[in-house]
Amino acid sequence: MAGKTLYDKLWDDHLVKQRDDGSALIYIDRQLLHEVTSPQAFEGLRLAGRKPWRIDANLATPDHNVPTTDRDKGIDGIVDPVSRTQVETLDKNCDEFGILEFKIKDQRQGIVHVIGPEQGATLPGMSIVCGDSHTSTHGAFGCLAHGIGTSEVEHVLATQCLVQKKMKNMLVKVNGKLGRGVTGKDVVLAIIGKIGTAGGTGYAIEFGGEAIRGLSMEGRMTICNMAIEAGARVGMVAVDDTTIEYVKGRPFSPIGEQWDTAVAYWRTLHSDDNAVFDKVVELDGAAIKPQVSWGTSPEMVADVDGQVPDPAKEEDPIRREGIVRALKYMGLQPNQAITDIQLDRVFIGSCTNSRIEDLREAAAVVKGRKVAASLKQAMVVPGSGLVKAQAEQEGLDKIFIEAGLEWRDPGCSMCLAMNADKLGQGEHCASTSNRNFEGRQGFGGRTHLVSPAMAAAAAVTGHFVDVRELLN
Amino acid sequence: MRAFTQHQGIVAPMDRSNVDTDMIIPKQFLKSIKRTGFGPNLFDELRYLDEGKPDQDSSQRPLNPDFVLNQARYKDASVLLARANFGCGSSREHAPWALEDYGFRVIIAPSFADIFYNNCFKNGLLPIVLEEEQVDRLFREAEATEGYQLTVDLEAQTVTTPSGESFSFEVDNFRRHCLLNGLDDIGVTLEDAEQIRAYEDARRKTAPWLFNSVNQ
Repeated sequence: MAGKTLYDKLWDDHLVKQRDDGSALIYIDRQLLHEVTSPQAFEGLRLAGRKPWRIDANLATPDHNVPTTDRDKGIDGIVDPVSRTQVETLDKNCDEFGILEFKIKDQRQGIVHVIGPEQGATLPGMSIVCGDSHTSTHGAFGCLAHGIGTSEVEHVLATQCLVQKKMKNMLVKVNGKLGRGVTGKDVVLAIIGKIGTAGGTGYAIEFGGEAIRGLSMEGRMTICNMAIEAGARVGMVAVDDTTIEYVKGRPFSPIGEQWDTAVAYWRTLHSDDNAVFDKVVELDGAAIKPQVSWGTSPEMVADVDGQVPDPAKEEDPIRREGIVRALKYMGLQPNQAITDIQLDRVFIGSCTNSRIEDLREAAAVVKGRKVAASLKQAMVVPGSGLVKAQAEQEGLDKIFIEAGLEWRDPGCSMCLAMNADKLGQGEHCASTSNRNFEGRQGFGGRTHLVSPAMAAAAAVTGHFVDVRELLN
Repeated sequence: MRAFTQHQGIVAPMDRSNVDTDMIIPKQFLKSIKRTGFGPNLFDELRYLDEGKPDQDSSQRPLNPDFVLNQARYKDASVLLARANFGCGSSREHAPWALEDYGFRVIIAPSFADIFYNNCFKNGLLPIVLEEEQVDRLFREAEATEGYQLTVDLEAQTVTTPSGESFSFEVDNFRRHCLLNGLDDIGVTLEDAEQIRAYEDARRKTAPWLFNSVNQ
């Protein structure tokens, strides 16, 4: 008999009821809430006269709308009244229903996908949901983590379950060792470049292979974070020593006897040797170079020493039209060298790349250098108040500030520009975020997705450059 | 939720693949704490020439004459014909809210992003997957014939062209059932409350750490 995949195991362990029609009820261990996708869910509960099923399974924080300056003012520091109302509404809802929330002035506040793991609120083997597609991040811990819509947020609040149909299994195996200066971000961009933004649709993707095993939890989170950019709602990495080491001693992690029982269970959270996947994709990790996105979809990526594609060479008419449209929006020429793309701004942050390791990688590149005079702005936005504090303890803030980068307060910031941090029309940005869609970082803004090290290299040169040339 | 059984309506062809949810409803409109009122900002950056802001009167804004929904012949469209991977990107349910608020009831495409597809069913909006060749044909017919309409029957799972030709489509039984009857799926799940409690009791014994309170 074929063994089970990690996804099969997580599915089986959370199955409450398999219905005859193929749908199933899956139990949810943890729901993370933020201000943008939860107000209508709480309102729905109130209108139906329902109560949350298990209050202490929820953890909330405002992140999308929060400003990254003047945070000592708290909510009063939010200039936009519509944004302010949304954050106030989250506070009110959490207070009313008794849900734990790290409010705007709490040092534990941060991007939901940073604070869950940081607090140990994300534990291996859990099923986790959040009204945010980047919930796949938590799969790095061997979790079954789904991004959901607001109706489902309400459904999970009311029932602690999600109605799901089992997905197919895909293994993305990255063999070999990554080269120096090549990070989890480059790996995931290379994967998306290979399988496309719909390549993972309908699948739960497990990322495995020597290159993934060699990554830190931060690197694995970056990869799982962008599983949705490959079309997969769920991305996962098997549990190993790296996972368990990371989880140990976190505020919400189990202790004592519970810890030992938990670890014994967590050690089983990997695909069996004889597990069968519906699809397997393999990449040579040693061959992956630093990646830069040139277009308006995360699959539009190139090696840093490569070129912007020429639509004339694309045979498929829909793809050709897509390239033409992207080049027009991005203001780029066919066959232009990636290193010739001049930048206006640099953004280091987001749920993809704002953890301590990301900041260390960026700081190592800018140390002793200066932000290029041609740039309008280069900013670093840590993922949480605790990441910020740790970075300051390590002196990273000083390195950034001395180099001319702005050192901000935690939040989603310019990843989606719901707060005051945004691109101007036509501006090119080297960004460590996850989406380069039209207008994502501001009306008419042009996003290039890169790793923190590549963004830092771009900050000190004013254009893209192979970060490996700057590393000693 | 509004039930969906049959629908006949004018088809608007939106000829581009990978239409993402940022395109469907840009982020500045996600600040609303309501479920309604997103229609005027559907496809905001494609539809208008200026930058859209929340709480503005969109009827006074300059329209992009090249955008399909701004053409007079598609003014009353309620069936959106789209290309592959429609709705990719974020989980924002504001995307189906905006489509529904604008007046769409059906979206036909060769493929959809998972989360968006799922969100549609919660809002009385029917996403239909047809073969690439069938979608190509509908694009040609809709572009060639002004006032081109399609009839969609969820019960029979068919899309019928004006010439009477029918294409059948697949839809998950549970979603179909909920949509046909306009059911609140929370109510359906709560019928299994006992089973959920039994699962919790069993799980609490084998994995007690999952039930530690975060309210420490």
